[in-house]
Amino acid sequence: MSETKKVLVQPIFSNNPVALQILGVCSALAVTTSMQVTLVMCIALTSVTAFSNLSISMIRNQIPSSIRIIVQMTIIASLVIVVDQLLKAFAFDISKQLSVFVGLIITNCIVMGRAEAYAMANPPGMSFIDGIGNGLGYSVVLIFVAFFRELFGAGKLFGITIMPLVNDGGWYIPNGLLLLPPSAFFLIGMFIWILRTWKTDQVESSEYKIMPHVNKESA
Amino acid sequence: MEALLSLFVKAVFVENSALAFFLGMCTFLALSKKIETAIGLGIAVVVVLAITVPVNNLLFNYVLAEGALAWAGFPEADLSFLGYLSYIGVIAAMVQILEMFLDKFVPALYNALGVFLPLITVNCAILGASLFMVERDYTFTESVVYGFGNGVGWALAIVLLAGIREKLKYSDAPKGLEGLGIAFITVGLMSLGFMSFSGVSL
Repeated sequence: MSETKKVLVQPIFSNNPVALQILGVCSALAVTTSMQVTLVMCIALTSVTAFSNLSISMIRNQIPSSIRIIVQMTIIASLVIVVDQLLKAFAFDISKQLSVFVGLIITNCIVMGRAEAYAMANPPGMSFIDGIGNGLGYSVVLIFVAFFRELFGAGKLFGITIMPLVNDGGWYIPNGLLLLPPSAFFLIGMFIWILRTWKTDQVESSEYKIMPHVNKESA
Repeated sequence: MEALLSLFVKAVFVENSALAFFLGMCTFLALSKKIETAIGLGIAVVVVLAITVPVNNLLFNYVLAEGALAWAGFPEADLSFLGYLSYIGVIAAMVQILEMFLDKFVPALYNALGVFLPLITVNCAILGASLFMVERDYTFTESVVYGFGNGVGWALAIVLLAGIREKLKYSDAPKGLEGLGIAFITVGLMSLGFMSFSGVSL
């Protein structure tokens, strides 16, 4: 696999920012009640990560290391302001639904984490691709969660009815739990379980081994 | 007074920032393996929130909001688009000042908080509380109560989770769920528990 492709594809499953590195979990849970809002959030985060990586990498040799955090913060906050203003101008309803979570991209650890871990040590082109790759890794988890929450919680996808609800004369009785906060935790837990069953090298070693049960008579 | 008490209860239980709004999840999951660290981080969050939310409230009402600069002779200025940049700046500066103050005058607490203090700058529970405060138009007194209550709620949640996880490591979870996976499901169950507060109002 070429270096570029590796940087782009690896964060999606092998080194997923949400499932493996516990980065950027807050918004992953909060904005996933409908596919449309989720998709906008994913695009916003991917572009902020990519462009912050690009700009930080371009000036990485000029930033004194003692104040690098504040420089990174300022760049990220400015990019988020641009995204927020764009959303307010062209997608006002969605920006209302996302409420504070657009602003919270600033403190999303994926953006800071990639700036600190990758962009500070690599050339601009590769950093940009790394940003897109990590944004995609984040998007995969979000879309997985949002798909189940919207389909089984409201019987819809992208606001289009897939399974007609009983209330509207259909047959599907919606699972209200999926629209409430706790379901997002369960779904991400499940996602991690599935991912780790598939890629077993991500399993954490247990801190305490449990003794195997031995039957007295056979022993 | 009653309204403030009700706001406090709401901020701690009903709208718990960790369990109902998922704020500060990264540190919430990463640092909840031991009760001692959880308590240290919890106290740091309470202190920083109780200071930054009121300060950001003043900043918003007297500098950034539309027409807020009338006292300086610019009645038409609307700087609210600079919000994010200013709030995060205030938070970073307050954390830095607090760190220097504690180092000089309360070294015991400074040592107890250790690395958690600088980490708090990038904790979304802090920025989130300021953004909610602006979105909901709280007055100065309300913002003090809201900031403090929010911090207490977050601290309560992380200490409870740490208590559960200390016992959880002896459990026999399926291979793929061990560690992070089971922690997520535990938080989900806690969040369900906290939802029972949702009807409470004083």
